[in-house]
Amino acid sequence: MSEKPEPSGTGIGVRVRRKEDRRHLQGRGRFVADLAMPGLLEVAFLRSPVAHARLTGWRKAPGAEARCFFLEDLEGLQPIVARSSLKGYKVSEWPALARDKLRYVGECVAACVAPTRAEAEDLAEACGLDYEELPAVIDPLAARRAGSPLVHESWGDNLFLETFVDGDIDAIARTAAVKVEREYATARQCMHPMEGKGLLAWWDDRADQLVVHTSTQVPHVIRTGLAECLGLEQRRVRIAPPDVGGGFGYKCILQPEELVVAWLAMTYRRPFRWVEDRREHLVAGANAREHHYKVTAYADARGRLLALDAEVTVNVGAYSVYPFTACLEAAQAGGNLPGPYDFRNYRCRTYSVASNKPPFTPYRGVARPGVCFAIELTIDAIARAVGREPAEVRAENLVPGSAMPYDNVTNKHYDSGDYPESLRRAMARIDLPAVRTRQAQGEPDGRLIGVGFSTFTEQSAHGTKVFASWGIPMVPGYEQATVRLTPEGGVEVRAGIHTIGQGLETTLAQVASEILTIPVERIGVVLGDTAETPYSTGAYASRGAVMAGGAVSRSATALAGQIKAIAAHLLQCEPAEVSFEGGRIRGGNASLDFADVGRAWYLNPEQLPDGVDARGLEATEGFKPKVDSGAFTYATHAAVVAVDPETGKVEILDYVVIEDCGTMINPMIVEGQAFGGSAQGIGTALFEESPYDAAGQPLHSTLADYLLPGPSELPSFRIEHMETPSPYTAHGIKGVGEGGAIAPPGAIVNAINDAVKGLGVEMTEIPVSPRRLLGKILAARSGTPSGLEAAE
Amino acid sequence: MKAAAFDYARAGDLAEAVRLLGEGEGSAKLIAGGQSLGPMLNLRLVRVGLLVDIRRLEALRTVEEGEGTLRYGALITHSEFEDGRVPDAGNGLLRQVGGGIAYRAVRNRGTLGGSLAHADPAADWISAFTALDATLQIEGPAGRRSLPLAGGLLGAFTLDLGETEILTAVEVPRLGAGARWGWHKINRKTGEFADAIGVALLDEERGFCRVVCGAVEGPPVVLAAVAEALRAEGRQAGRALVPAAVAEALPALDPVGRHLHVVAVQRAIDQVFGR
Repeated sequence: MSEKPEPSGTGIGVRVRRKEDRRHLQGRGRFVADLAMPGLLEVAFLRSPVAHARLTGWRKAPGAEARCFFLEDLEGLQPIVARSSLKGYKVSEWPALARDKLRYVGECVAACVAPTRAEAEDLAEACGLDYEELPAVIDPLAARRAGSPLVHESWGDNLFLETFVDGDIDAIARTAAVKVEREYATARQCMHPMEGKGLLAWWDDRADQLVVHTSTQVPHVIRTGLAECLGLEQRRVRIAPPDVGGGFGYKCILQPEELVVAWLAMTYRRPFRWVEDRREHLVAGANAREHHYKVTAYADARGRLLALDAEVTVNVGAYSVYPFTACLEAAQAGGNLPGPYDFRNYRCRTYSVASNKPPFTPYRGVARPGVCFAIELTIDAIARAVGREPAEVRAENLVPGSAMPYDNVTNKHYDSGDYPESLRRAMARIDLPAVRTRQAQGEPDGRLIGVGFSTFTEQSAHGTKVFASWGIPMVPGYEQATVRLTPEGGVEVRAGIHTIGQGLETTLAQVASEILTIPVERIGVVLGDTAETPYSTGAYASRGAVMAGGAVSRSATALAGQIKAIAAHLLQCEPAEVSFEGGRIRGGNASLDFADVGRAWYLNPEQLPDGVDARGLEATEGFKPKVDSGAFTYATHAAVVAVDPETGKVEILDYVVIEDCGTMINPMIVEGQAFGGSAQGIGTALFEESPYDAAGQPLHSTLADYLLPGPSELPSFRIEHMETPSPYTAHGIKGVGEGGAIAPPGAIVNAINDAVKGLGVEMTEIPVSPRRLLGKILAARSGTPSGLEAAE
Repeated sequence: MKAAAFDYARAGDLAEAVRLLGEGEGSAKLIAGGQSLGPMLNLRLVRVGLLVDIRRLEALRTVEEGEGTLRYGALITHSEFEDGRVPDAGNGLLRQVGGGIAYRAVRNRGTLGGSLAHADPAADWISAFTALDATLQIEGPAGRRSLPLAGGLLGAFTLDLGETEILTAVEVPRLGAGARWGWHKINRKTGEFADAIGVALLDEERGFCRVVCGAVEGPPVVLAAVAEALRAEGRQAGRALVPAAVAEALPALDPVGRHLHVVAVQRAIDQVFGR
């Protein structure tokens, strides 16, 4: 990694400061809530107060009936439906406003409009609902049993989908030296972009278009989905997202609130806006992550993993989201559970269960934080069963670098890298022998020290083949970008992917700068607006740098050829002799400014050669990796924790990340992604949880009830990069958006279990709250038979 | 969410504040720092007809030193304790407690009187001032009265304070220079409300010892037997009584909750004696 020359200029590999930060640091960003428009009406939603009920009647706010809307008022509006071609998949219809049944607390039932949000909320309060409550479906394992209440009666059960991957387990099961059985659970969580969801929609009579300024990661996909539900031609819908304050997956889906606000604007031809507040967000919005695993692993006497038998249950909530469907999570869980490990026998059954909780949205890492947690704890459990150092057992089980490229047991094509090397470096950086020594000495304050590791792969930019196999409404293909030289020698980049805080305005400019050598300060980047950019399925699945980066690379390369042809004529040399250097064009002994070429094309075409390429100084090209099953980023995280056995409180003393995302466009942005993702992963491991009571009432409605880690709960991350270029992508880039969030629960809970192993305690459920951990410690002390719930 | 509509009036003096509360006919409420009331209004958990702002009442911002006592105006903010801008009756305890309340932005606006009147069991001041044996000064249409904090807390979020009364000051006996204290708060993260609070005070000069178990379902619990054992027989005797005392005072706690409260109190005692 260190042999490479230090990159110069503002191209690939340079720690360029983010272009977007100037406006954000000065408070000059423009988000949905910042938009102003004459005649704007604010929308407030009346939401279901109960988890499961038959809606029998409703009343509009007396005296303000015309400003209250129930489903019957939204003429022509179609429900959200996401189909999948997977066999046995059951389709749900998610109405914009609930009509016959209420299926979760927070489901939209009515929309009320007024000049201010407070007045709109007054109207929503003045509306009335009549309903007959039904028993709620809350626990996903109970929901699978015969006789459970049904979320969708016509289905006959509560299963969106059941999948089964068969593999030869039985022969190994009979002979394996070691058998480890565990159940794991991950809490339902809520993702927390700094800006919640929101949109403003209005009708542009001049363009004869509905214009929607929505906070989204996937503007072009929203256009397709919204147009279908509204019954409008897609050309009459323009999605023009403003600044987006984070997404993490939540803003990848079409929401009922978007349908209602867009319908109002289309119907009344005036602007309407809804801005999600944090309570709506917590109760009804960005739900994710609720998994349950039953895992049986077989290993030899040294701890070599031979076979894995698993059952995965995902509680996906009441409806299927568009476009990712209710099956994406379980499909990813079943496919990714084998992780970075080298074994050939795998059996897995997955259940995607409907319940009376809010619909489930893919969250940074999608299913992988759950599967990584499950497999990483299993590896440590195997190591303890064979009495060896877990890190050593892990190293021996990882796919070795010499086996690359490697097709794993679920046919994931691991393209490149050295997984054991990342673990070895993590062991060295965390100084495993020193931690073991300190652990043996004991702490003066009585706390217990533990160390844990977690190695994972992150399938980034998984493409056409992967999504087509799920048969969902949106399969990504070629990503396109437009790159244009302007008359004064600057550059405009246009791509349909959107900037959501991940730094794409900078990194895409760096890719163009790499090829054209023009500094990023002179490269403008226009993203997301469907009226101004080529179609893109958007920013998700760690695909932005790989796909849009690849598209900008291809287009800039094409543009470079067009520039060189004109420059050769002006320089009186052959195009092959023309090169770019430090923002200048050289040929023979002479040089030109890019502006000279720009002026020639736009303002002085008389200077152009005969037969000049009529496409001029603009290129739109498409990109797809040579193998589109995904570029596999990977990393090892290592954590040292101190556990207070009297309070159950866990402090992270040290945290190391060794990551390899291929060629880094901007190492500073890569580190930002790793730190931010790791912070979220620490939330998953220790803090975040959306609890419900038996009636399906959420017990978390503010950030006082739902704890996010803050600066004082986070360690100073130490990060080291490896840089193995992908053989399949432009410049060898791999995606990096999600990885940080995947590994922390595995590393931290392994460290906790390492710390408390002498107490006869093993944690298998996250978050490891003080209450959960202390409960187990007290139960172990009192001799309650591993009775985790004894103290609850 | 946005608050439902309400009227707002800024009181020019204490008498006007009392009068405005009376005119509100039960729907008026005081606001000072607004760090609890503000969110509750926005979440529509609280409705008011009239909000009476007393933030500018300078008479409630003074500190008076008496004979062995200190009297804090109700509008003293948490950050003023934290920064040592007011004398500390607790020999450093109040500075420690004030600096550990929520976040700095909250501490800059949140007031002592507001916190005590709100009487959230998990808040810090009610435990600290119960340990210090505080007496509240209250002004109302019928005049002035005193209320011992320990007896005035009737339950969670309930102080014995009438709808037209104003908590104006908090008076506490001043600890001697040799007095020692312990304060242990168990919470899940910096700035969060407590899951358990332990307070221990030992002022041998004055013969005063008090041990408090806070952040419970209702008002903080004074563990008198523990304090007596501490004073008479010392650290280990007091410490040993804590589990039984907590179990007796708080029988409804589950084992985890009980354990946390025992640990918080024992660690506060340990701090008094230096670990």
